[in-house]
Amino acid sequence: MKRIVMPIALLAAALPTAAAFAHAFLDHAVPPVGGTVAASPTVVQIFYTQALEPAFSAATLTGPDSQPVATGAATVDPQNPMELVLRLPKLPPGHYKVSWHVVSVDTHRTEGSFTFDVQQ
Amino acid sequence: MNLTRFAGLAAVPLVALPSLLASSAAQAHGFVGDRFFPATLLTDDPFVADEMSLPTGVFNPTGPDGSKQIDLGVDISKRLTSDIGITISDQWSHLKPQGMPGVTGLETLNTVFDWQFFKNAPHEATAMVGMNASWAHTGRVAALGADDFTTLSPLLDFGKGFGDLPDSVPWLRPFAITGNLSVDFPTKTQSAGNPNPNNFNYGFAFEYSLPYLQQNVKDIGLPDPFKWMIPLVEISYSTALNRGQAGQKIGTIQPGIIWSGQYFQIGAEAIIPATRLTGHGYGGIVQLHFYLDDMFPNSFGRPLLGD
Repeated sequence: MKRIVMPIALLAAALPTAAAFAHAFLDHAVPPVGGTVAASPTVVQIFYTQALEPAFSAATLTGPDSQPVATGAATVDPQNPMELVLRLPKLPPGHYKVSWHVVSVDTHRTEGSFTFDVQQ
Repeated sequence: MNLTRFAGLAAVPLVALPSLLASSAAQAHGFVGDRFFPATLLTDDPFVADEMSLPTGVFNPTGPDGSKQIDLGVDISKRLTSDIGITISDQWSHLKPQGMPGVTGLETLNTVFDWQFFKNAPHEATAMVGMNASWAHTGRVAALGADDFTTLSPLLDFGKGFGDLPDSVPWLRPFAITGNLSVDFPTKTQSAGNPNPNNFNYGFAFEYSLPYLQQNVKDIGLPDPFKWMIPLVEISYSTALNRGQAGQKIGTIQPGIIWSGQYFQIGAEAIIPATRLTGHGYGGIVQLHFYLDDMFPNSFGRPLLGD
C-alpha cells in the first residue's frame, strides 16, 4: 500500500498550487451553441472555464456560403479573462459557423466550433 | 493496458479473469481537433498522456467456479515526448475461492510503451501502436496465480470522433469510438503443466459526449454536473488461439458514465460477463483518474523531451 499512499500525499500537497490551471473548455456562448437569433448580433461572446492568453486566442466566422466573414479581431475581455469576444458586422439571415482556438494561462491549447442561425 | 490473457489460465482461478479484463483501464487525456476523448475504464485510449488512475476499484462478477475477487489498482502514464509515452500499472487483489480461505497480494506488473503516430484534427481521428509487457514473478504467483512468465503484446489503438458528420445529422456528431487490438506472446508455453496460449485481444468503447453536444452542436441547457458527462459502453474480449485452448473466449460488456472535470475524472461502469467462461452475475468498477498535465503544467505534466 505504500506505493499507493505516497502518490496521494504528493498530489494532496500539490493541489493548492495547481488549482488555477487547466485546459480551457467552452462553458457557454452568446448566441448559444446551435441557437437561433432573431436579428444580427453585434458580437459573439464565448465564455470558457479558464482564463485565456489573449495573444494566442482567436475566433473566426464563416457565412452561409462557407466563405469567411470579415469581423473584428477576437479579443479577450479585459474585465473577464475567461471571455472571448468577436465583434461582428451586420449579418444577413443565414447559417453561421464560429471556429475558435484558445490557449489557457497554463499554455494548454483547445479548439472548437459551433454554429448559429440569424433569422432576419 | 494488458487485456485479458489466457496465458496461465489453469494456474489462475477462473474468478480472476474478469478482474484481468477490468484492470486494463485506459490512460489517455486526449484531444484531437474539437474532440476530447476521456480515459476509458476497460479499454485503452489511443493517446499518450500524463495521467494517473488512483484508485481503480473493481468488484468482479462471480467467477465460473464460484470465486469472488476485489481489486484495487493504480497506474501512471508519462509522456517522454509529445507522441511517445510509457505506462506502469499494477493492482492489489483479494481473492476468495469458494469454500477456501481468501488470499491477497499484488498481481502482475504491467508496462506499456506507446507511439501515437497519427492525428487528424478535422476528422477527429488518431491511432497509436505500442508494446505491452506483463512481467514474470512481479505478483504473488503461488497464491493469486500471478504470472510466472513474461508476456509481450504488440498493440494497435485507434479513435474516431464523428464531429465531422454533416449538420443534417447533428445528434450523431457527439458520438465517438475508440478501439484496441493486440496479440499476446507469452515467453513460456506452459506454467505448472498448464498451457499459456497466444491470445487475440480486442475491445471497443462507444461514447456519446454530452460536453461535445453542449460545446459544438447544440446548447440544450444541461446543468452541472450533467454537461460534463460522457455515457459509454465498453466491450472487451480475449480469444485463445492455440495450445489446446483455441477458440475459448472471455470478455465483458460494461455500460457506464464518465464525468470529466478540469483536473480529474470519475468513472463508473457495471461489469457484465459476456461469456460463460468469464463468470456470472454482475460486477462494477469505479475509478478516480487525474490529469497530471493540468495539475502540473510546468513540471511533471509536460513531456520529458520537447513539448
